[in-house]
Amino acid sequence: MSTQRTAPRWAIWLPLALFLGFVALVMIGLYRPADRVVTSALVGKPMPHFNLPPALPGRPGLDSRVLANGKPHLVNIFASWCIPCRVEAPQLAALAKAGVPIEGISVRDTPENLDTFLEQNGDPFQRIGADDDGKVQLALGSSGVPETYVVDGKGMIVYQHIGEIRPEHVAMLIEKLQEAQE
Amino acid sequence: MRRLAVMAALLLAFPLPGAPARAQEEQSTAPYAYRQLDDPAKEASAQDLMETLRCLQCQGQSIADSDAPIAGSMRSLVRERIAAGETPEQIRTWLIERYGDYVSYSPQLTGLTWPLFAVPAILMLIAFLLLRRRFSSRGEVQ
Repeated sequence: MSTQRTAPRWAIWLPLALFLGFVALVMIGLYRPADRVVTSALVGKPMPHFNLPPALPGRPGLDSRVLANGKPHLVNIFASWCIPCRVEAPQLAALAKAGVPIEGISVRDTPENLDTFLEQNGDPFQRIGADDDGKVQLALGSSGVPETYVVDGKGMIVYQHIGEIRPEHVAMLIEKLQEAQE
Repeated sequence: MRRLAVMAALLLAFPLPGAPARAQEEQSTAPYAYRQLDDPAKEASAQDLMETLRCLQCQGQSIADSDAPIAGSMRSLVRERIAAGETPEQIRTWLIERYGDYVSYSPQLTGLTWPLFAVPAILMLIAFLLLRRRFSSRGEVQ
């Protein structure tokens, strides 16, 4: 009869509290959506092996063994059809002028378009490999253009910069390259 | 009719966010981006895998659905590797090694994700215990 156990009085608020908690969770998710930038999982790992043919006649292609020659490199993934790649061109030129070896990988491009692009935006590259079918881009864990990898002298990827290099990034990249040197 | 007009006005005023801005990109020239494998069994297994891989550019779509150039490159990669005799899970692992779990729509059981699988089972168990207590205690009262 009176043996029936009754829940404490505050328990009546429990469902409402749970519901409000759920609403708060949804609101947080709505107003602060998760970061959707896909970073390469290869940072801190060795550069995968590849050997890309030259993107322009008369210029060298890009063999990944070049990256392990003892000096840190920048590997810039770009394309002539990519608008932000035009935006970062002055910064790449400044880096090249500062003596940074920059190797290019042009993704899904044609020699004609690439030639025009370099004529208009300058050519900071030592070598440009043609990644016509995008396989090397996938092998590097790159999800778009432009992306720039800092590779140390042993061919290890130490840093990945996603998106265009803006003027405020130049000093940071030089610092990363110096760290890679040590 | 009026409600329809209001909805149309709303749609015009607030266009859907994330509408893709088409860049002038080269189509994927990878050999199997838009070509199926000749062997129907292999094509079917490639198709099954492609439907569970995320396009890295248009992230709500699978690479089977997306027309982004990078999705074309990924489809070709999947088909060429299947044709060469790799299993779908080997290809998925290869991509996860490069892009992380986010590239796969099929959740993997890891140290981080196990609660996703465990919590429903635990909730079912709690519900079962609660219900059993409730029914058996009602029996006692009668």
